[in-house]
Amino acid sequence: MGMRLKIAVCIKRVPDMDVRFKIGADGASVDDTGLKYDINDFDAWAVEAALKLKEKAGQGEVVVLSLGPDAAAETIRKALSMGADRGIHLKTDKIPFDGFAIATAIAAELKDGKYDLIFFGKMSPDSSNGIVGPIVAELLGLPCVTAISKLDITDAKGTAKREIEGAQEIVEFPLPAVLTVDEGLNVARYPSLKGIMAAKKKPLDVKPAALGDSKVSVQKLELPPERAAGRIIGEGAGAVPNLIKALQTEAKVL
Amino acid sequence: MANIFAFAEARNGELRKVALETVTAARKLADSTGGEVHALLVGAPGIAPKAEQLGQHGADVVMVCEHPEFVQYNPEATAALAAERIRSGGYRAAVFTTSAQGRDLAPRVAAKLGVSLVTDVTGLELTGDTLVVKHPMNIGKVIATVGMAATPAVIAIRPNTFTPVPNPKAGRVEIVQPAGDPSASRVVVKELVQGGGGKLDLADAPVIVAGGRGLKAAENFKLVEDLADAFGNAAVGATRAVTDDGWRPHSDQIGQTGRLVSPNLYIAVGISGAVQHLAGMRTSRTIVAINKDKDAPIFKVADYGIVGDAFEVVPVLTAAVREARKGH
Repeated sequence: MGMRLKIAVCIKRVPDMDVRFKIGADGASVDDTGLKYDINDFDAWAVEAALKLKEKAGQGEVVVLSLGPDAAAETIRKALSMGADRGIHLKTDKIPFDGFAIATAIAAELKDGKYDLIFFGKMSPDSSNGIVGPIVAELLGLPCVTAISKLDITDAKGTAKREIEGAQEIVEFPLPAVLTVDEGLNVARYPSLKGIMAAKKKPLDVKPAALGDSKVSVQKLELPPERAAGRIIGEGAGAVPNLIKALQTEAKVL
Repeated sequence: MANIFAFAEARNGELRKVALETVTAARKLADSTGGEVHALLVGAPGIAPKAEQLGQHGADVVMVCEHPEFVQYNPEATAALAAERIRSGGYRAAVFTTSAQGRDLAPRVAAKLGVSLVTDVTGLELTGDTLVVKHPMNIGKVIATVGMAATPAVIAIRPNTFTPVPNPKAGRVEIVQPAGDPSASRVVVKELVQGGGGKLDLADAPVIVAGGRGLKAAENFKLVEDLADAFGNAAVGATRAVTDDGWRPHSDQIGQTGRLVSPNLYIAVGISGAVQHLAGMRTSRTIVAINKDKDAPIFKVADYGIVGDAFEVVPVLTAAVREARKGH
């Protein structure tokens, strides 16, 4: 058997991005009417990474944590149905934009949990800020490696790969540590029927989120200007001369 | 009169283009406060001469920290040094970049300073006591205007958004020491593995040629590579379907979960235009699409489209681009 790891995975419920968003009546939030929600992709890969480590060791515990409104419980249940052992729901009606305020609540919850590893997705597509994981690491004084796409844990040490622009970094770190997950680390499993049934009986602890004060806030949301309609230059290779001309004289990029 | 801090990213002893963008954005803020730009440049011994370029782009002062432990990116020691400098310098704002390194570094620094931050900033303005920034959300489908009340305001700007502007200032070099012992860092970058033999990276290339499933097989990316070669200044990208299938490395993926790019010219070959992909390239200046299916969503964002078989169209386009670029 491998080393027994206690692992926390912080996950977020996010809207499906394949829609045309509308701005809410207050002008500073997205109208959530009709939006479909699911676990953030990066967070699903983080859950998968934790489950794989536990399965490899043959022992250990995977705790999923989510900060958000009542409906965040559904997202926690999904992670439980994938195989996580128990959930923590830090409840707040509205998730603030301020990542430091969020990280303050998460760090307070994880502080005395004696976790060997704390996973986050590298970012979420809705707020698109990608800062909560490394801030939690700083608040807890833990080593942190961000955006990992490969991971190996042996004894109390880890090696990870980070994709950077045109290169890769091979990074070593000691446990306990905070890791944020990039695409490519794994493929997240689908919950099995058995997993879904088992998840209903798994413990889910609900408590109020002790958010920090928000120092940055969204004043206004706008839809970006639409791209001007383009045009079909033509069909097949015969259209190439016209394309070259357009790139030279209109777009001036050739 | 408030001064602005700028972090100048370097790799392998060279400034990255984002370093000049960071200084340019900081200069814009400093000009509105009547203050100075103080850049921090961290690297292995020998990095100091690079300070001059930062001065050329608007840095009044360049703090240089040279140390053998800064050969590779040293996240903990770099964050400690940047936080110490920002704290002791009393800056109004600290500007980083939203590169792979900046995404790692900026939140660490902000947390050490006890403030929040906004990444992927596409616009900025000081309004009274508030730094107001633009920040795309929901994969660029919504643009947020964010108010930052705290001092220092820590931001990371989006690459390829603040075009480096020559603006010569003194660029006075101040040698600074690391904060603590850089060899004591717990997180250590052991190795930097260079990808693709000196080819241009997606972040730096003015032209990107990207391929999708329509190319049918990994070996057919040769078509895309040849077209990129014809431009001479192009990088090759791919869709998520392609990187998931292992035709190309994940680092080539352009899209919601991959790279965000904004080149002058983006050529999509055999790419249908899934939302996931559009999220990564829709802010490109000029978009060209080549696809067999005239109803493919990529044609909705493309400035110029050719409906046709990539295997037929691309070689002709490659030859035509070579011809057009003769003498360049």
